[in-house]
Amino acid sequence: MTTVTKEAGAPVPADAGAFLSVRDLHVSFATEDGAVRAVDGLSFDLERGRTLGIVGESGSGKSVTNLTVLGLHNPMFTTVEGEILLEGQELTTARESELERLRGNKVAMIFQDPLTALSPYYTVGRQIAEPYMKHRGASKKAAWERTVEMLGKVGIPNPRERAKDYPHQFSGGMRQRAMIAMALVCDPDLLIADEPTTALDVTVQAQILDLLKDLQREFGTAIIFITHDLGVIADMADDIMVMYAGSAVERGTTEQVLRSPQHPYTWGLLNSMPRLDSDLGTPLAPIPGAPPSLLNPPSGCRFHPRCTFRDRVGGDRCVTERPLLAPDRAAACHLTAEQKRSIFVDEIRPRLG
Amino acid sequence: MLRFLLRRTLGSLVILVLLTVVAFLLFFGMPRDPALLMCGKTCTPDALANIHRTLGIDKSIPEQFWIFLQGLVAGRDDFAQGPCPAPCFGYSYHTNEQVWSTLMDRLPLTVSLALGATVVFLFVGLGTGMLAAWRRGTLIDKSFTAGSMVLSSMQIYFLGPLALAVLVYQTHLFDEPRYTELTQDPVAWFTGLMIPWVVLSTIFAAQYTRMARSSMIEQLQEEHIRTARAKGMSRRYVFFRYAWRGSLIPIVTILGIDLSSMLGGAIITEYTFGLPGLGHLAVESVQFSDLPLLLGVMLFAAAVILLCNIVVDACYAFIDPRVRLS
Repeated sequence: MTTVTKEAGAPVPADAGAFLSVRDLHVSFATEDGAVRAVDGLSFDLERGRTLGIVGESGSGKSVTNLTVLGLHNPMFTTVEGEILLEGQELTTARESELERLRGNKVAMIFQDPLTALSPYYTVGRQIAEPYMKHRGASKKAAWERTVEMLGKVGIPNPRERAKDYPHQFSGGMRQRAMIAMALVCDPDLLIADEPTTALDVTVQAQILDLLKDLQREFGTAIIFITHDLGVIADMADDIMVMYAGSAVERGTTEQVLRSPQHPYTWGLLNSMPRLDSDLGTPLAPIPGAPPSLLNPPSGCRFHPRCTFRDRVGGDRCVTERPLLAPDRAAACHLTAEQKRSIFVDEIRPRLG
Repeated sequence: MLRFLLRRTLGSLVILVLLTVVAFLLFFGMPRDPALLMCGKTCTPDALANIHRTLGIDKSIPEQFWIFLQGLVAGRDDFAQGPCPAPCFGYSYHTNEQVWSTLMDRLPLTVSLALGATVVFLFVGLGTGMLAAWRRGTLIDKSFTAGSMVLSSMQIYFLGPLALAVLVYQTHLFDEPRYTELTQDPVAWFTGLMIPWVVLSTIFAAQYTRMARSSMIEQLQEEHIRTARAKGMSRRYVFFRYAWRGSLIPIVTILGIDLSSMLGGAIITEYTFGLPGLGHLAVESVQFSDLPLLLGVMLFAAAVILLCNIVVDACYAFIDPRVRLS
């Protein structure tokens, strides 16, 4: 099993299959009002050592997708269809005991709010040592040594002493570092970071992002980075997937998606970002409308009720036909490639400056 | 921690003194003259004054209170019935026994009843509650929840006689409940209290089933539970280590209240089964307008409640490290 680092950047041969491969994933929750289709036909691949950024509004299915990868959804109310293959192993049908062996070991997760995501009742060190003891069969002492080592690695000063502290004795940034140490304690091949910096202030956020990049370089971990912050994604990701209403609307390398975005929703996201060099008092440009209800999603293109370029697509295709995402670089939109290019160059880019 | 306990103990003592003042004023400052009760039908002013002197209520109320406080701390020997060692609550008007020794006579029964019932209802209540939370939404959960609803709407004075009728009078499976000292005959102590324990704990157990269930379910939805699951800890481990720890706080809170009220006397249970404990004593003292005894029972119960509160607070600090610092 060779690890391809980010620098090498070479995708594994096609016949080996991607490290993580999600195919036509559907996740729906049974609620009193009916089935909520949180993820609706999502496919993506991730290679070792690379970072996939998933962007989208709240409720676009980003977090649900990744909880489903780990099998952390509530099986009583959730229906999962499609395939999630991790090194060829099917996860949607895997037994709970198999998933337990993967979680925290091969696939680890970092959550948004490090205060509520750590148990207040046990020391930070104990919480980090637990998965190491479980997955590696390490003794208490060996696990503690490993914990101290990991805390040092994520930049906690005086780790031997701080490991005995409780989460509430840590600052927000330190708690997130501890979370990262906990996620990486077993050298996972895949790290899912669910808005890991959203609850932190900007300077701490930059430190955490640097830390993640350093650790990825060192361990060759594949990262799925979920965020709604395009600035963060530009800094972190190799590839970007933009999600809207439970499916991907645009996908490509970071360069492609941010430099020449092709989907009206991505344009809207970019356009709604505040800019430091614009005049004070320039109003923000939000995407009109609200995210659709996933109980009863719009027909055709999910974005059509909010799309300002809909009349450029002739007829009522946007309302009747759901645009598909081509396997390679593409946006799920009925506009022609030429239209997309010209709209972006002539109308969108000047506004972005 | 030691400072915390010391502070809480001192605070409780202050509350206890204030309570003593209020209770004393209420009881002895009342316009009704207890001496009239004892004087009988052929009462003369001389006899009344005589009784006033014997009871020590011929003096002013502040003076009486001061003597009472002194008695609590140092004991008294100004009673006609004999000396009264500290803590002296005086002599009962009705039985002429020392109040303190009467309390101590009745206490073992109440403690046995309360602790035995607590063991049973904790075991049954928490066990079923946690099982229901573990199997949430299944038939087990639903039947436990429904069963606890039914049982918690029962009353001791209904369940008690029912248990007696079925288990004692009709089938003769058990003897009538009676109290034997534990040190005297442990087997008789156990068998004599078994029915009261079960009946008293039934009502509590139902309440604890529901509390343990909802508390566990609430804890299981905490984000740190998801983190623990995400790092590969098994459902069982997360349930018993992470969720259980958090759900202890509300349980300990309610347990402190329940235990302290039972230790002050489980009046209904004691009456239902004819067991002469503290609760029984409290009612007797009211029936006979036995003010020293009533005051004694009341202050004793108050002290028990305050003590339980301190223990509960200490438990919080033990359970939740966040409490330890503040």
